[in-house]
Amino acid sequence: MYGVLIALLPALLVSFIYFGIGSVIVCATSVAACIFFEWAINKYMLKNERNTILDGSAALTGILLGMNLPSNLPIWIIIIGALFAIGIGKMTFGGLGQNIFNPALVGRCALLVAFPAQMTSWPVPGQWMSYTDAETGATPLAIMKQAIKNGDVSTLNELPDAFSMLLGDYSIGGGAGTIGEICGLALIAGLAFMLWRKIITWHIPISIIATVFVFSALLHLANPIYADPTTVVLSGGLMLGAIFMATDYVTSPMTPKGQLIYGISIGILTVIIRNWGAYPEGMSFAILIMNAFTPLINNYVKPVRFGETPNNKAS
Amino acid sequence: MNSILISVLVLGAIGVIAAIVLFACSKKFAVFEDPRIGQVSELLPGANCGGCGFPGCSGMADALVKGADKGSLEGLNCPVGGAETMGKVADLLGMAIANSEPMVAVVRCNGTCANRPQIAEYAGLRACSAMHACGAGETACGYGCLGCGDCVNVCQFDAIQLNAETGIPEVDENKCTACGACAKACPRNIIELRKKGPKGRRVFVSCVNKDKGAVSMKACKVSCIGCGKCEKECPFGAITVENNCSYIDFKRCRLCKKCVAICPTKAIVAVNFPEAKKPENKVNETNNNEGKEEKHED
Amino acid sequence: MKERRRSMKIKTFMIGGIHPEENKLSHDVATQVAALPQQAIFPLSQHIGAPAKPIVNKGDKVKVGTLIAEAGGFVSAPIYSSVSGTVFKIDTAIDATGYRKPAIIINVEGDEWEESIDRSTKLELVKDHPELTPEEIVERIKTAGVTGMGGAGFPTFIKLCPPPTAKAECVIINAVECEPYITADYRLMMEKSDEILVGLELLMKAAKVSNGYIGIETNKPAAIELLSRKCATAFANSDYQVTVVPLQQRYPQGGEKQLVDAVIGRQVPAPPAIPVNVGAIVQNVGTAYAVYEAVMKRKPLFERYTTVTGKKLQKPSNFLVRMGTPMKDLIEACGGMPEGDNKLLAGGPMMGKALTSVDVPICKGTNSVTILSGCEARRQEQQPCIRCAKCVGACPMGLEPYLLAKISELKNWEKAEQEEIVSCIECGSCQFTCPAHRPLLDYIRQGKSTVMGIIRSRATKK
Repeated sequence: MYGVLIALLPALLVSFIYFGIGSVIVCATSVAACIFFEWAINKYMLKNERNTILDGSAALTGILLGMNLPSNLPIWIIIIGALFAIGIGKMTFGGLGQNIFNPALVGRCALLVAFPAQMTSWPVPGQWMSYTDAETGATPLAIMKQAIKNGDVSTLNELPDAFSMLLGDYSIGGGAGTIGEICGLALIAGLAFMLWRKIITWHIPISIIATVFVFSALLHLANPIYADPTTVVLSGGLMLGAIFMATDYVTSPMTPKGQLIYGISIGILTVIIRNWGAYPEGMSFAILIMNAFTPLINNYVKPVRFGETPNNKAS
Repeated sequence: MNSILISVLVLGAIGVIAAIVLFACSKKFAVFEDPRIGQVSELLPGANCGGCGFPGCSGMADALVKGADKGSLEGLNCPVGGAETMGKVADLLGMAIANSEPMVAVVRCNGTCANRPQIAEYAGLRACSAMHACGAGETACGYGCLGCGDCVNVCQFDAIQLNAETGIPEVDENKCTACGACAKACPRNIIELRKKGPKGRRVFVSCVNKDKGAVSMKACKVSCIGCGKCEKECPFGAITVENNCSYIDFKRCRLCKKCVAICPTKAIVAVNFPEAKKPENKVNETNNNEGKEEKHED
Repeated sequence: MKERRRSMKIKTFMIGGIHPEENKLSHDVATQVAALPQQAIFPLSQHIGAPAKPIVNKGDKVKVGTLIAEAGGFVSAPIYSSVSGTVFKIDTAIDATGYRKPAIIINVEGDEWEESIDRSTKLELVKDHPELTPEEIVERIKTAGVTGMGGAGFPTFIKLCPPPTAKAECVIINAVECEPYITADYRLMMEKSDEILVGLELLMKAAKVSNGYIGIETNKPAAIELLSRKCATAFANSDYQVTVVPLQQRYPQGGEKQLVDAVIGRQVPAPPAIPVNVGAIVQNVGTAYAVYEAVMKRKPLFERYTTVTGKKLQKPSNFLVRMGTPMKDLIEACGGMPEGDNKLLAGGPMMGKALTSVDVPICKGTNSVTILSGCEARRQEQQPCIRCAKCVGACPMGLEPYLLAKISELKNWEKAEQEEIVSCIECGSCQFTCPAHRPLLDYIRQGKSTVMGIIRSRATKK
């Protein structure tokens, strides 16, 4: 659990630099609220002797939830989100290891549905001292959605170029988004760290990113109103979701083959929801939908049993 | 107005069609069930404990009705409901009740923490079946109670609890229904269903150790050493000593307690007897009129 | 991705596996001959199959190599006295199962051997003994009571006579010693390599095969080099093809099925299939040595190479010990039981059996006595399963330990059978890797024994 927190540090620090004090407040509140709710539920509702807040999972949920929110979100909304994430997304199912859905995403989607206005106003980076009064702008995803609605390719010219999306666009007027999605490079550094420490395997992140890339490449070739694949992969919560949210142990399949099926399905669903769904961002919903399929995948996709591979001749 | 009328008519028609279909199905696909099965089910306790040997109370009701048709309720007994329930069922079915003695679960081990020293620490899964498979346990007796509570976990009536001080489970005879679940759960067959006895009085050998006397004494102070004194003493031939361990047949025992007095290691236990009048030679008896089974602690 | 293991230069088995710390403390300690005990204890059940039946009585005099118990059935083995003296009693004694089992106890007097045993150190070669037909070899192995020396204790002669449905193609010598701490097989290879190769030839002749393999892990480079050199000369002009196969270090490479997979690339199907169904007969390197002694020197099985080791032990050592010697004698020779809480294991830390008494005797399958300190051995607190799937990746049989453990806990025996719980080889890799310290193997063992009981009762009902 703590390994994942370390992997998140580069992205977190970069986001703090880009979004300023607002992001610090949002993340800190989220973490504190998540830990508090887990402690309170454990102590007063479940009456466990041992409190589970020290295993790092509540803190991780808190940070991931925070990174999925815009940096101008008021504190009271964040607290409600944390209550949803920990209370409903995790503890109702039985605590650590028992939840079906990713708790941070449960919290985020609940907030998106309950407070759509506040959850879709995106502060523009570079405003260090502003919190709820930050100036807002359009995200790359909103621009891509607009292009599809209008059927107008020139709308896509407003998009930042892929290079600045990778590093995080610092200019006012571009690169708005949730706290965690701003810098693709920092997230990739986190992925490299987790792969090196063998915290996760490559199957889920690479299959999601590859599927989205291929699918959106096909769409882009068919019709240029769909953005080019590099931009699609770097925009929105895709990198954050593919690397940190979809790879959550509890809610992802247990076998490499199952993980590939899971990753590919998330990729396809994300592109479908982004292009033809009502919301500009499809990643959270795609992951939640596939979380529901994980038990089914686990049931039918079994590891290769010893004795089932075809035998070679004696060498 | 028109749209409301159309909606009412359409829904009404659907309702009528559905009713006709349901009626036809209920007639065509009806399964005949003997109404007595339902009536007998009502009389049974509904605990679904399996103590009767059938799958749940409905299975028992089925067997009872079949038995009634065959002409006898022999062998069918609900230990939870007891004689009262069986009497009501027999009346309902118009049969004579099969006679059965009330039974109770008896833990035949007195290897408490005081009597049986611990020689090792078991650090594995805390379940009797796991500890039994791993080895003799935490003491030198490979036949005695392991104290992990598999029997406690399986009891549906909260009738058996582990005594934290002695480490041995204790049966509450008022709650015990003799369903046999604890006896099946014990990997060492220490728990036995025995007759409850008149006024709850019973005598049994509280040891199942089959090692030679010298070995078992080293492991536990109150173990049965297989000396055979009880076998010789019993005027009713109720005691047999086999494999260095004594056993009292509860069908023959008349509760005279001569064996209790003569046992050199105090392995034989008498339960629910009144206080001894002469203290110097009746050290073993317990004074217990509350209905809770007690163990000796030497 | 799995295919990479097949094509890698140094072979290993295909699925799963872990890398525990080696701790081969006694690697370079030359074997010493253990002192004779004062009293030798011979449990009647030291092997798989029916217990042996005693043929001596209290007061009988025996010599080293005297038959004291005959085989109790077809799948059984006789027991020979490893000491000379008087039979003290036929009673029960605590053995490696932790329970008191019937045993023959002999008071040791002197060291007189049976005359029929050839005590010379001359190396006997198979080509010098034309009277050794395959049937004669099997007969001598059976009479000598040779059983699997790697720990399992399966009577060797039965393995050499496969059922009619299976045809043996090769003999694989298991010199892998994948468990941490144990070095007995390594020392045997370094000190008795010639005899082992003759033993292998005898096994190949008895099984009527011409291919032999010796699997050794790469953490024993000296043994690989020595045996490769000796193989080249010993089998230079013979019809036998013997190859020393270096294997990657990975636990549980010493498991029969994993070894067959690593060496010849064939996977034994699920039980009741056995390695000979894919053409391989696997024997431990200690068994090969015992076969040499039994056939060439007419010496029945009564002594073996055993490692006594542990981090806190003063002198971890390797012994040539007479069977029946209580463990406490060997532990004393190594400097005595360390201070504080200790865990005494018959075997290694992964698959060894924890014991509660130091009086347990060395038996045919006791390849090591390992002493772990309390802090090394004590389990950490259990946490909920976080479904990280590390156990799935570690399981060498391709099972899902988290699922089997859960199903066993919930006592759902039908589902356990469906999920192939009987294929589990109880290696402990899952419990070793679990980051939440869950007792996976404990639950799976319970489930496996219950399901096997159900399958057996189903078979007898039919």
